[in-house]
Amino acid sequence: MWTYNKMLEFPVKIKTTNPKLAMAIMSQLGGPDGEKGASTRYLSQRYAMKDKRVIATLTDIGTEELNHEEMVAAIITQLTKNLTIGEIEKSGFYQYYVDHTIGIWPQAASGMPFSTATLQSTGDPIADLHEDLAAEQKARLTYDNILRLCKDEPDVYEAIKFLRAREMVHYQRFGESLRLVQEGLDARNFYAFNPSFDKKAPCLD
Amino acid sequence: MEKMCKEELKQLIRSTNFAVIELGLYLDTHPTSACALTKYHNLKNTLKDAIAVYEKNYGPLSIYGVKCEEEWTWVNEPWPWQEGGSC
Repeated sequence: MWTYNKMLEFPVKIKTTNPKLAMAIMSQLGGPDGEKGASTRYLSQRYAMKDKRVIATLTDIGTEELNHEEMVAAIITQLTKNLTIGEIEKSGFYQYYVDHTIGIWPQAASGMPFSTATLQSTGDPIADLHEDLAAEQKARLTYDNILRLCKDEPDVYEAIKFLRAREMVHYQRFGESLRLVQEGLDARNFYAFNPSFDKKAPCLD
Repeated sequence: MEKMCKEELKQLIRSTNFAVIELGLYLDTHPTSACALTKYHNLKNTLKDAIAVYEKNYGPLSIYGVKCEEEWTWVNEPWPWQEGGSC
């Protein structure tokens, strides 16, 4: 069971609106490597995982990603606060505005709606953890791309920098998780069986 | 802690909570690390105390933190994305 805490992991206090930047940052909410995809991926993968330490890692990182969703949504909300129609027309925010006004709807910067088609939960611990390592790197590079766009917005920059740093820590923990899973497998062939599916491991015959 | 203002307390809660989350993640893959576990327990106690002082003086941080018996104060304080909610 989850409990909501009325607090962000890192404070978001943006003084100046910037709808163009909001459109770019939106990708980290509902884009292919965004936070909603991250939480959905990790929290879904838990059920096929056998190692209790790795289940804990997926649970806790998945939970942290829920707060990152809220941080990204807070950034977008504050970047689009009190916009005038003139500003919306000039900024490239108008396509989004037509359908969602200045509400939050998870989509990529390109306008592609959030989709689980961009993530996997395979039921195979080795494949899933490799997916998670790649996901953290893809989120990291997306934040790097965003950082290049917000050098002149210190309030935004600091929050994005924090989110980027978390991707690196999660990458490290998933690497350790992969090692923990592999240590429980046949060292001569990690792929000899799927510990989450095959009832009897062939190597133990 | 009793003498801290709202912003200072919130900052203490946020930073301590972050350290607890970070230690928790580390302990997930290193559950036998005595050093990390000691740090976790120390910080968890600081966090518990800071939350108790904050909730007594400024309002609940979770649905379990409503202290007032006359009013449902959960709806009063700004939400984290609103003005004053991320102080």
